[in-house]
Amino acid sequence: MQPSIRDTFFEECEELLEAMVEGLGIIDEGSYDSETVNAVFRAVHSIKGGAGAFGLTDLVSFAHTFETVFDEVRSERLAVTPELVAVLFRAGDQLATLVEAARDETEVEAGPRDSVVKELKRYLDEPAEPEGGAAGGNGTEPPGGFQPMTLDFSALALPAAEPVAPMRSFEIRFQPDRAMMANGHEPMLLLRALSELGTLEVSAQSDELPAFDELDPDECYLKWSMQLETDSDRAAVEKIFEFVEGLCTLEITEAEGAAPPAEAPAMAPPPVAASPAAPAGAPAPAPAESAPAAPPPPPRSRVGDDEAKGGKGSSGGANARATLRVELDRVDRLINTVGELIINQAMLSQRIAELELPKGADVEVELEDYKLLAREIQEGVMAIRAQPVKPLFQRMARIVREACAATGKSARLVTVGEHTEVDKTVIERLSDPLTHMIRNSIDHGLEKPDKRREVGKEEEGEVRLSASQRSGSIFIEITDDGAGLNRPKILEIATSKGLVPPNAELSDSEIDNLIFMPGFSTATEVSNLSGRGVGMDVVRTAIQALGGRVSIASETGKGTTLTIILPLTLAVMDGMVISVQGQTMVVPIASVLETIRPTDKDIHKVGSGEMVLSIRGSYVPIIDVASSLGMHGQSNPITKSVLILVETEQRGQCAMALDAIHDQRQVVIKSLDRSFGDIPGISAATILGDGKIALILDPDGVVQIGGSRADAGAPILQAMEFFDE
Amino acid sequence: MSEDVTKSLSGRDLKFVTFTVAGQNYCLDIQKIREIRRWTPVTPLPHASNGVLGVMNLRGAVIPIYDMASRLGLGITDPSERNVVIVVAMDDNLFGLLAETVQEILSVTEDQLLPTPDVKSESTREAIQGVISLADDMTRILDLRFVTGSFSRAVA
Repeated sequence: MQPSIRDTFFEECEELLEAMVEGLGIIDEGSYDSETVNAVFRAVHSIKGGAGAFGLTDLVSFAHTFETVFDEVRSERLAVTPELVAVLFRAGDQLATLVEAARDETEVEAGPRDSVVKELKRYLDEPAEPEGGAAGGNGTEPPGGFQPMTLDFSALALPAAEPVAPMRSFEIRFQPDRAMMANGHEPMLLLRALSELGTLEVSAQSDELPAFDELDPDECYLKWSMQLETDSDRAAVEKIFEFVEGLCTLEITEAEGAAPPAEAPAMAPPPVAASPAAPAGAPAPAPAESAPAAPPPPPRSRVGDDEAKGGKGSSGGANARATLRVELDRVDRLINTVGELIINQAMLSQRIAELELPKGADVEVELEDYKLLAREIQEGVMAIRAQPVKPLFQRMARIVREACAATGKSARLVTVGEHTEVDKTVIERLSDPLTHMIRNSIDHGLEKPDKRREVGKEEEGEVRLSASQRSGSIFIEITDDGAGLNRPKILEIATSKGLVPPNAELSDSEIDNLIFMPGFSTATEVSNLSGRGVGMDVVRTAIQALGGRVSIASETGKGTTLTIILPLTLAVMDGMVISVQGQTMVVPIASVLETIRPTDKDIHKVGSGEMVLSIRGSYVPIIDVASSLGMHGQSNPITKSVLILVETEQRGQCAMALDAIHDQRQVVIKSLDRSFGDIPGISAATILGDGKIALILDPDGVVQIGGSRADAGAPILQAMEFFDE
Repeated sequence: MSEDVTKSLSGRDLKFVTFTVAGQNYCLDIQKIREIRRWTPVTPLPHASNGVLGVMNLRGAVIPIYDMASRLGLGITDPSERNVVIVVAMDDNLFGLLAETVQEILSVTEDQLLPTPDVKSESTREAIQGVISLADDMTRILDLRFVTGSFSRAVA
């Protein structure tokens, strides 16, 4: 198999799994209809079909069991109970695990899988209503006294695999179209393939054959009707006609009453009334009620199949949005080029400004349009990469279930704002830190059910995952309603591990932030879930690598909120162009609260050399950017500088002192990571209109270094070293 | 010696670009050199160690510029218009190296490469892969990894 086709299959699997989880979620809420159930069924079914084509027997057999249970639900033979939903969720998780394993070509632990299979089969053992075993009625119904099936792993790579294959009889009517002949198909080969499935009786109908002189040599005048006795199922029969699908008139009907299975066909395919168009790899499900010998239904099943493949099988489907699969590389190339376009536009503006044309010159008007267009293109391109966080959040539901199972706690995940769109790269790289944070919330945050009851909370804890976009940033919050952080314990651990000096006086928020320090772990015993002592530190590093930050707020007895703040895009941002000791730099607009030109009386000295700014009745520290960045030139006196008021995570509001503010414009972010590592106070670089590089300041970093003289926290001490260099 | 050095030494005919750093004669395999530019002022980086002059815009890419003299412990170059920046590629990353002047392209065969004399200073032995003797002088083959390698440690 070509790896690329395989890749496509797994990509589709991901979409299908998403559709499945979404559907299960709706079923769990209880507000489902038959379309929802169908959507889940189709998703599982499509995975099975695809897996069959790739010979992934493990996946096929599991999906098959899963699907069969779902078929029972679909045909309303099995009532939806909370227990069933829980099993279905577990089965969904297991299916995802199997898909992953198949993709990575690793082995799956047999234990959990088998137990899920067992649970699923339990539902197959109990028919909701006695069906009387009248196989003749339907021929595909698992009757009452049916034995648990054993799955045939080596069998056909296609759906149903029966332990004891009953003989079945199919009536097949086959008439090739002209197009089939034109495509070079040979009916004889098809017939021969059919005959290999079992006993085949063929009769050709030649009554349409014209007289010889009227004969069109390109036309097929013959029809065949066939009687096939076989132990294979319908899918196998359909598969033979796979390649002539749409090029012929084909009717396959399973003869009624023929060879009724005495021993029940464990896993007969859903009673599909074949649509000639149904792709054999994924026979389309049809209403379970349809009689076995019904004429081919309208090819609505086909639509359903496509819909499921598109991952939009949530409900309805007629309104599924058309999407285009594009290689990420191409989009990235486009984004880079747009970045260059923005730089080019800035350069052009500068050149034209240098010409000192009279005010209102035509070229300036056009230039303004050019600017707008460039911005629009850039936003459009960014939108291509933007994706809703929904799939990411859905995956977290699984993490919650697993974490609950492992800790014996009970929690539900509430998601808010799942349509918030974030850059694809960000979503991908958020998955690991988010997983860790959710596990932490459950493992450390939530109390055990009995403890919760004691303090008068619902036994089931709540983990709320919310996403929103505020002022150019994406906020992702993970809130639990647990016990909150145990501050004395955190401080004790941090002290015992030497992370803070003994007797250190730390504020509540400083203590909370200790959990992000390297080597910190509060779990007294190392659990499976968290507590390896790398947790939150790694989370913070991962978020910082995305240009974001993470903070924590906690209220004893009420719960803890972890907030991730991420930039909207990774490539372009609005910046304020400033200068510090003759060097041009950029401050992200998102972090600027206001700009201030201070007067003497606004500025006060505190202690030795530190200054504060009096603003509307409160005092904020003034940080000199030049000295914070270790520039050795002569700074303007503070009263001559311009102050930018910024909001920082660590120290709240601070005023950054710099020499001048020049402009406000869009800048293209050029990462420095690759060859520079982490530079304190600097987040990235950009290229200005004159072709020079300007560094982009990280206000948090600047403030942190600038404040190092007063504080004594460990991360700040590290920064001190650079400062002294 | 690193792997790609051995590879470059295994070729038959080799070409080196020679240049001077603080009056001393150095050279680099021509294959590693992307281009040579006249010095233009760079954007300094805060908290950078002495050998790091700053960053430069090379057709949209941000590349770091090193002062070779400082990296080799030969004092600090006061860069001027007469100096050159040699842009080199290493592991898909581009770097600029400030040199005094660029001299010539040297064609040698493999057997003309001599091992680094067993000098006492360990950093000198690390910085120089070998030497080539010239008519009345010798040129030192620079190890790029030494000049650029410790950058991240110096900054982060």
